[in-house]
Amino acid sequence: MGASQSARTEHEFQDLADRTGFSLEQIGNLNKRFRQLSKNEETLSRQDLASISALDNNPLRAQIINAFFDKRNLRQNEAGTVQVIGFEEFLMVMSHFRPAAMHITEEEREKLRREKLRFVFNMHDTDSDGTITLEEYRRAVEELLSKAGTIGQETAKAIADAAMLEVASTTRGKMEPDEFYEGITFENFLQILKTFDIETRMHVRFLNMDTATMRCGK
Amino acid sequence: MIYDRVTIKLLEGLCHKPPKFQNGVKIVLLLLLYQMKLAVNFLTIGLVILSLPCGSYTEIPPKPPGSVTVLPPVKPAGGPQAFPDAENSNLPVFTMDYARIQVPFEVTLWVLLASFAKIGFHVYHKITFWVPESCLLISIGLIVGAIMHSVHEEPPAVLSYNVFFLFMLPPIVLESGYFMPTRPFFENVGTVLWFAVVGTLWNSIGIGMSLYAVCQIEAFEVQDINLQENMLFAAIISAVDPVAVLSVFEDVSVNEQLYIVVFGECLFNDAVTVVLYNMFIFVADMPVVEPVDVFLGVARFFVVGLGGMGFGVIFGFVASFTTRFTSNVREIEPLFIFMYSYLAYLVAELFSISSIMAIVTCALTMKYYVEENVSQRSCTTIRHVVKMLGTISETLIFFFLGVVTITTEHEWNWGYIMFTLLLALVWRGLGVLVLTQIINPFRTIPFNFKDQFILGYGGLRGAISFALVFTLPDSIGRKKLFVTTTICMIMFTVFIQGISIRPLIEFINVRRTNRNLETINVEIHSRLIEHTIAGVEDLCGQWSHYYWKDKFLKFNNRILRKILIRDNRAESSIVALYKKLELQNAMEILDTVSGDINAGSSIVSLQYVYPLCPSSSCSFSLSLSLSLSLSLSLSLSLSFAFSLACSPSLSFSLSVSHSLAPSLACSLSLSLSLSLSLALSCSLSLILLLSLSLALPLLLALSLSHSLALSFALSLSLSLPLSLSLSLSLSLSLSLSLCTNDTHTLWPCPSLCVSLCPPCCLSYTSLHLIHPSSLTHYPFNLNRSDGYLSNTSRRVGIWSIYQG
Repeated sequence: MGASQSARTEHEFQDLADRTGFSLEQIGNLNKRFRQLSKNEETLSRQDLASISALDNNPLRAQIINAFFDKRNLRQNEAGTVQVIGFEEFLMVMSHFRPAAMHITEEEREKLRREKLRFVFNMHDTDSDGTITLEEYRRAVEELLSKAGTIGQETAKAIADAAMLEVASTTRGKMEPDEFYEGITFENFLQILKTFDIETRMHVRFLNMDTATMRCGK
Repeated sequence: MIYDRVTIKLLEGLCHKPPKFQNGVKIVLLLLLYQMKLAVNFLTIGLVILSLPCGSYTEIPPKPPGSVTVLPPVKPAGGPQAFPDAENSNLPVFTMDYARIQVPFEVTLWVLLASFAKIGFHVYHKITFWVPESCLLISIGLIVGAIMHSVHEEPPAVLSYNVFFLFMLPPIVLESGYFMPTRPFFENVGTVLWFAVVGTLWNSIGIGMSLYAVCQIEAFEVQDINLQENMLFAAIISAVDPVAVLSVFEDVSVNEQLYIVVFGECLFNDAVTVVLYNMFIFVADMPVVEPVDVFLGVARFFVVGLGGMGFGVIFGFVASFTTRFTSNVREIEPLFIFMYSYLAYLVAELFSISSIMAIVTCALTMKYYVEENVSQRSCTTIRHVVKMLGTISETLIFFFLGVVTITTEHEWNWGYIMFTLLLALVWRGLGVLVLTQIINPFRTIPFNFKDQFILGYGGLRGAISFALVFTLPDSIGRKKLFVTTTICMIMFTVFIQGISIRPLIEFINVRRTNRNLETINVEIHSRLIEHTIAGVEDLCGQWSHYYWKDKFLKFNNRILRKILIRDNRAESSIVALYKKLELQNAMEILDTVSGDINAGSSIVSLQYVYPLCPSSSCSFSLSLSLSLSLSLSLSLSLSFAFSLACSPSLSFSLSVSHSLAPSLACSLSLSLSLSLSLALSCSLSLILLLSLSLALPLLLALSLSHSLALSFALSLSLSLPLSLSLSLSLSLSLSLSLCTNDTHTLWPCPSLCVSLCPPCCLSYTSLHLIHPSSLTHYPFNLNRSDGYLSNTSRRVGIWSIYQG
């Protein structure tokens, strides 16, 4: 890469840093990783991510990979998925996992919470209709429990049902006999996870050092 | 007392009295309960007075650790004597030998006294809310100490070195180790160790140096305390005490991070305290300190710390391995836990390494594997006994702190004491500030200033410091001054800091974590987020502690679980939580009705009642009862619940008595039941329930005799649902009833009732409980536990469960 190339990337990185909030070193590291995964291409496709061997044991593998290609996570207010993503989109999805800064105001904290919870919500809501229906929740729980030993499908279903019931009772209270609970909306989702301190738990500590080369293999 | 012929029917709701009975039952039981409360208070005072002339333990000089102290029985002066031998050699009818039972008797009385004090505090809820129990116990101890001092009695040597460290401390530390929340602990282990080790060192050295500087001031007349003695004293009082901290922090709720750091710090600073204490004792005798000694001290610290943890882990694994094979000796399973942890403690004491760390690590390691191997009952027993022993120890320790405060000799020195208090506070505050600044960048959730304040303010000192200072060798000239200063320090921190910490936490609005709320959704999402983070980290190619956690979990699943657990199917925590919540719900339902598990069954029950009444005219009655009830149950969870329920039931009964004078009685019974139930669920369609319920049915029997009876029944019932639609229940109940007869006396009448109830109308009732429309959308499987329905007489709505 020539000097002009690196100057351009410097400028780009600065731009990205401003937009996503990462530091320059972090962006540099992530860029290296991106190049490694995409085999030096400009864009990343699903197969590239699927080929990471370390992800094989993760029960949520498919959902995580899908999350990267979900348009809703890319700050575009439309539904659907893309086939390939560029580095900028990669960073955007990653920015959902940034830790909270030490001194932020209450509103910023709230905003951060909403953002992270929105990510999780999108992971569940596969048909992008804005609610998590029973079927979707069931699928999520089954995936989650799939690697956890000999759990029957019935149990997973029952757990998802119980969870749904819990949401219904917390958000709706006493329901009339004719009412039908259609699904968890985003507001309900926020409500049931009120006690869950997601802003502190959902973060990846993006290092400033380059650790990608310290691990052998991907 | 004349027992008339009586037929007492049990919780079925009917009590048939022969015509001779009259009205006049008082609601004695409520009165009895009320009187019990008063009696407790009287008993407390009575016990105090009783224990005074009972002699005392003699003060045993501290023996080298490792030997068990045996207290010789002491014949009390002026105590009750056995009857003097008569001049002739007749057989004495009544003898008394106090000396023989003296030691256990006094131990029991002291424990009871302290426990009664604890009961007494809870009579007024407001007190225990604002004043932590430790303060109240110390106050009572002070009073008792004053009484003992005024009659010139010596208190038992509970806070002597051996008794304290070998018997009083292990239960408390075991309790804290066993109930330590593991996940937050391991996430914060770096911070915990940082504060424990570096923090304690900082405090000791800082306080020691400053006290030495203070000693140089002539006005305080303490110039004879040299540097080594000051450092020794500083090492003793700078350690944060687990007993005091736990008793205060248990009631206040702070955020999880803060709690675990304070909690962990007070347990793990023992290593540093042990090393510093031994080092300075050793050094205090020597005239010159060489640099090599400091280096040796550091080496010793590693031996002590790592050795303690190593022993703990080894014993933990051995204990887990042992419990793998105990499936046929379930009764003694809890024993292994206690013996192995105590062994870990003693072996660590043997080598003079940190015994507290050993027992804590042993409990941490053991808990996870053992709880999968032992039966549910053993698990409950273990938890309960651990808590009980810990509470007793803690109660006794605070109590005796109060007692000993009065009875030891003091030497007061305003300057030294005031400066110690001040310096301790200052250095702790500084220490917390500096250390947090250093470690915050490494933490995922940094501590803000409010957290730091509570961290510093929550550093309470307690009985460990006292025990250590009490056993200082007498070669230290100013030992009494040290004792007095330590006591002042403890009183100050426990009273002032302990009482004020709750309002302060509310005032400065520290971040709280609601520890009690466990919902399935939160659990599901916790796991989800963890997996997501692990996945994203893999994607980024980065390491973090999730990586290590993942690695450890894999190692655990592949190797450790296979060796240490009998049935090593892995179970997700979500499923475990789900099962637990299910059982809880089931228990709640059962407990709202189970008090009258025999009362009001929905079927015809055939009962044979043979009252074992010691009367000349026993009556024999066969009664048939038909009662109408609507029932429902929902279960499949394992829990232990305690509930108070009220359930009306209507029952008819026909009884035939000895005198062959049949009478028909209709009774409306209102039963108030207090039940304790334990349910064990084996599979989806077979449920075994064992419940013990204590019921107080208040019966209004509109019988021909217009008599009222109060019956107190203890019933044990076993019900076995055989399939979804058929269940058979066998219940055995023993009841003790208080009834009146025409002479207006109350007498107990035990009776045994065996009833066999086939079921009816199960499927119908279950449908009522869920909104019909929601059935189609949430086919939540309620029918699994239909077997209970025959025994319940209450309709419980599903929504009310989840809203409750």
